[in-house]
Amino acid sequence: MSDRTPDADDPIEAGHRHRDGAPDSDINPTVVHAPEVAEVAVAAPVATTDDRIVEQEDVWGSAFRRIMGGNLVMSVLAVLASLVVGGILIAATDERVQETSGYFFARPTDMLSAVWEAVFGAYSALFQGSILNVARADAGFAQLIKPLTDTLNFATPLIAAGLGVAIAFRVGLFNIGGRGQMLWAAAAAGWVGFSFELPPVLHLLVAIAVGILAGAIWGGIAGALKAFTGAHEVIVTIMLNFVALWFITWMLRTPGLLQAPGGNNPISPRMLDTAVLPPIFGPPFVLHWGFVLSIAAVVFAWWLIERSSLGFQFRAVGLNPNAALNAGMDVKRITVLAMLFAGGFMGLAGAQQVTGAVTTGFTAGIDAGIGFDAITVALLGGSTPWGTLAAGLLFGAFKAGGFRMQAAEGVPIDIVLVVQSFIVLFIAAPPLVRAMFGLPQPGRKSRRQRRDEAALAALEAKGAAAKAGTAQDARTERKGTGA
Amino acid sequence: MTTQQPIDAHTPAPSEPAALERAVVKHWKAPISYAVITVVAAILMVGLAREGDATLRLATASDFIQLPDAVMPVRATGGVVVLLLAALTALSFWATGTARRLGAWLPIAFGVLFVVGFLVWAGAGAMIPIPGLLFATVGLSVPLIFGAMGGVISERAGVVNIAIEAQLLGGAFTGAVVASATGSTIVGVLAAMVASVLVSMVLAVFAIRYLVEQVIVGVVLNVLVAGLTNFLYSSVLTANPALNSPTRLPRIRIPGLADIPIIGPAMFNQTIIVYAMYLVVPLIAWGLFKTTWGLRLRAIGEHPLAADTVGIRVNPLRFWNVSLAGAIAGLGGAYFTLDSNGAFTREMTAGLGYIALAAVIFGQWHPIKATAAALLFGFASALQQTLGAIGSPVPSEFMLMLPYVITILAVAGFIGQSRPPAASGKAYIKQ
Repeated sequence: MSDRTPDADDPIEAGHRHRDGAPDSDINPTVVHAPEVAEVAVAAPVATTDDRIVEQEDVWGSAFRRIMGGNLVMSVLAVLASLVVGGILIAATDERVQETSGYFFARPTDMLSAVWEAVFGAYSALFQGSILNVARADAGFAQLIKPLTDTLNFATPLIAAGLGVAIAFRVGLFNIGGRGQMLWAAAAAGWVGFSFELPPVLHLLVAIAVGILAGAIWGGIAGALKAFTGAHEVIVTIMLNFVALWFITWMLRTPGLLQAPGGNNPISPRMLDTAVLPPIFGPPFVLHWGFVLSIAAVVFAWWLIERSSLGFQFRAVGLNPNAALNAGMDVKRITVLAMLFAGGFMGLAGAQQVTGAVTTGFTAGIDAGIGFDAITVALLGGSTPWGTLAAGLLFGAFKAGGFRMQAAEGVPIDIVLVVQSFIVLFIAAPPLVRAMFGLPQPGRKSRRQRRDEAALAALEAKGAAAKAGTAQDARTERKGTGA
Repeated sequence: MTTQQPIDAHTPAPSEPAALERAVVKHWKAPISYAVITVVAAILMVGLAREGDATLRLATASDFIQLPDAVMPVRATGGVVVLLLAALTALSFWATGTARRLGAWLPIAFGVLFVVGFLVWAGAGAMIPIPGLLFATVGLSVPLIFGAMGGVISERAGVVNIAIEAQLLGGAFTGAVVASATGSTIVGVLAAMVASVLVSMVLAVFAIRYLVEQVIVGVVLNVLVAGLTNFLYSSVLTANPALNSPTRLPRIRIPGLADIPIIGPAMFNQTIIVYAMYLVVPLIAWGLFKTTWGLRLRAIGEHPLAADTVGIRVNPLRFWNVSLAGAIAGLGGAYFTLDSNGAFTREMTAGLGYIALAAVIFGQWHPIKATAAALLFGFASALQQTLGAIGSPVPSEFMLMLPYVITILAVAGFIGQSRPPAASGKAYIKQ
């Protein structure tokens, strides 16, 4: 503390030091004026004191404790537990395992090795299909890391759509309408993409912007119904999904609307070359610039939620709409805006699908279940933009690896859905995961503590009983003497 | 007494509550909705009237009582229907304006008139087989009704049931596999119920024990069961087709009842699952509103704290009622593979669980109204199939959209009032 004395006679400096404290900086950054921030930044390096180091160590210590008891470890354990469940399913449906299980008690090693082969084979295929293709390492570096870029490719729409769910979550809204929002976005972006002839870069930008707008409008309908009639957004978005599905299906099979001319199938014409997201690296990699858009969307969502005044209102409404209302926020406007943004992120995912993933004409299945995957992505990501990015990458890896697992090991890709769902279930119920891994439950005392306390309580009870007993004895004695 | 006069003007005197409680809130949404529908009907049936006659076939060749075909002139029928709809709309405006209640007959009459007018308009120059239409309606409604009953019980108990889809799909899969493996269809039906109960129990455990947001559990369960059944279908059933060829339930014709004209063949020449439905729906309606079980069920869904205060064990009761809801939805699941289809296919419920949820909401969490809503939705898709066969003037996709649009209008308050049980979706934490 003695080192602070030179600063202490400068009251402004001292004040800033206090304002620099970690908890304060979280509240609302937009309230802090820019010049003050600059001064703080200058002031910070001046202090090189022991207590600051101690403070930092303390921060690290608490962070470590928070991580061990908190989200990251829970997420990792949830993923692990889900992979175990997936492994059990893979083993149980493996033919060799079924055969060998018939004589398990005669020769258990047969079945155990069959189980090992089935599960290890499937998960190593998952790894090689999503991270590094070790088997083709001799074919050059490009072949080795191609699965990694496939993962990024699959993660691209998952990240954008995950943001669409996450941002709604932060406002206390549940956006299950990803499918409808993506479908409208895909239809709108696709329509711009195949029916207008525009200069190369402009065409792509217009198509994606129109897609985002279409998704935002479809999301905004749910937000407006919630805000002005009180209709529950979960029901409305589910129903809007089906309305969108049938409407797009109708447009896709009606000549003159979205149907490719000269065909009878419900499929649109292929996109013009100017409306296709170009690959980042070129062959053999399929990764396109949509991934960069998704990263940009993550940064924008982070800025929107954590740094903008609108995002502050979003979070305030999400934490407590009544308090936000009392603080003078227009909760209805925030609800509509949140669903507009959520739909917009979904719209980006839909536009990426038609301009990046499937450019040869789209069907009503263009959403590819991403609208629902997005829910699991956002939940796993803790509804934060960076968490959504990480979760999107993980599920992208599952998808990329799942296809290889299906091709190489004959394990149906649907196992990926099962594993994803288990991850979300486990993440949503930390006490269950703690119980499975034998971790202590926070707020509940450990077994030893409980045993000690019980013993102590028993001792006390005994002591009290003994005391009462002696008192009684004394009383009877007194009675005796009195008699 | 004179000093008390001004106080009485502000606070209702206990002696004359009737005079002061007549504060009537007028809801104009219903008459306005009728007016909008009447205008739509006028545009369709008069403005865009089609030439010719529509033939409504009222009996099949095998029927006991042979009713003659009804031949309706399209223009005249359309005009009469629109006039009647306009009259009903005017009646509704008058009743709302003078704060009278008209009862349930008005929306029913309005709906029936609209449907008849629409059928005649759509069937111009063609023949519409009414018995076939009704038979398809019952068939398409059965899973919806069972699903909706599961939804009603679960939500009345305070647990939001988005997982109806998962319960139906799990029931359909298990029913097919167990019936094929054991060779007994009834065992298959029971297994379907058990599978749906298991799905429900997962929902209940996560919602009640682990306090997870119920909508999230429901959505995740839908994804999980879809993934699981797809996985098992691809990895087990395609390799062993013998596991996916259940014997279907036999049709049982009830003599006498099945000979009632028009509705008889559709309702009383069905399988045991359909007859079970005729029993289950009134039983639930009676139980929910007339028995101790129902009172407690509604209490824990409306105000769990009050229920707890009088000694009802809220969370165990919720758990078992959500499980019961699963058992009922499981019958709907069994219907897919053991009655209508005869084999399991990937994601064969195709979103019907969500339509059942829509029926629950549109039916205002009431078993009879939810059944009526499910029948309406079933009728809409049966109509879509029938019109598709005769060449519909309305794109079939718009007919398929109908249940969802109606539900959105219902939750937005344009049709009826949709108010869920007060504690639905909120976990109860015992103090």
